[in-house]
Amino acid sequence: MAFDDDKRSSEYKERLHSMLQALEAGDETVFNRELDELTHIREKELFVEVGKLTRELHDALKSFRLDFRLAELAEKEMPDARDRLNYVVEMTEKAAHTTLETVERLLPEAETLGSGAQTLSADWQRFMRREMDADQFRELAHRLQPFLTATGERAESLRGGLTEILMAQEYQDITGQIISRVITLVQELEEGMVDLLKMAGGAQLKSEGDAAVKDKDKAKRDDQKGHGPAMPDAKGGDVAQGQDEVDDLLSSLGF
Amino acid sequence: MDKNMKILVVDDFSTMRRIIKNLLRDLGFNNTQEADDGKTALPMLRNGDFDFVITDWNMPGMTGLELLKEIRGDEKLKSMPVLMVTAEAKRDQIVEAAQAGVNGYIIKPFTAATLKEKTEKIFERLEG
Repeated sequence: MAFDDDKRSSEYKERLHSMLQALEAGDETVFNRELDELTHIREKELFVEVGKLTRELHDALKSFRLDFRLAELAEKEMPDARDRLNYVVEMTEKAAHTTLETVERLLPEAETLGSGAQTLSADWQRFMRREMDADQFRELAHRLQPFLTATGERAESLRGGLTEILMAQEYQDITGQIISRVITLVQELEEGMVDLLKMAGGAQLKSEGDAAVKDKDKAKRDDQKGHGPAMPDAKGGDVAQGQDEVDDLLSSLGF
Repeated sequence: MDKNMKILVVDDFSTMRRIIKNLLRDLGFNNTQEADDGKTALPMLRNGDFDFVITDWNMPGMTGLELLKEIRGDEKLKSMPVLMVTAEAKRDQIVEAAQAGVNGYIIKPFTAATLKEKTEKIFERLEG
């Protein structure tokens, strides 16, 4: 093996030279000092080597940890996230149905209440205008009492229903927390993937032209299949920002 | 507008179908039926005497756009008014639906007033 460092070889040469001189002169003190120096140079070299090995070990451990974390993400946490998101879908659907059921039950009650009050109000005004004889008034009075009782009961039922609707909104707390956790998970996965890419030598993606073609194909496919709801803050001119923009676009097409 | 007309509501989410049905009932339309995607809707339309279709776009099986194209290509159904109620809001998509012969286009989230306005407009144009 050749010396890879001129400085090191000249250092050795220097030490060996003065050692030889000391030996010839019979100076043991100088000889021993130079021998110590020689050993020291050798130790320094070893130290550098150990340092290099330590760094390699550290990197290997780090990448092992990353591999391990990614494997854990893929094997355990992603399926878990899928289950959690399914649970979110389930919960939101259940809450929507509870709310709808209650509204469907309450709407006819409100309608009955309204139309009952309207009829009575019309009759009451006839009475106030003195267009009612005693028999008609007696009949009105007889209808008034059950209406008031029923109104009290209906108000109670409306209050109960509104509380049910209120309680159905509790899903937001739980689903909000679940979704936040999944967002954190996705972030971690993204970071892990980026680290992995970097470690794999920062391999460049295929040519940009290639990627552009693929993007275009995907966009076309998505246009047919649908993109799903647009986010409210989605910028860019290709997404209509509201019903008004849709109407403008359609009227420009002759609608 | 005939309040007794038969309306088919096509959406893969049962909650959305339910909301649309409730809004329609509020507008006085009680004769409504439901389908959960284009594949279910098409035979219903072919065998039934529907007057109006309200459909979502993004559905498994057959999308609303495919359903619209099927309707326009069917001798018996081709003049059926179709209102699209969808979260799909890309301009290209709206243009595509218009070219495929949609009668109205509402983007979600929408209001009861919008549904009323667009439905009335469709029938005004058909009757006028």
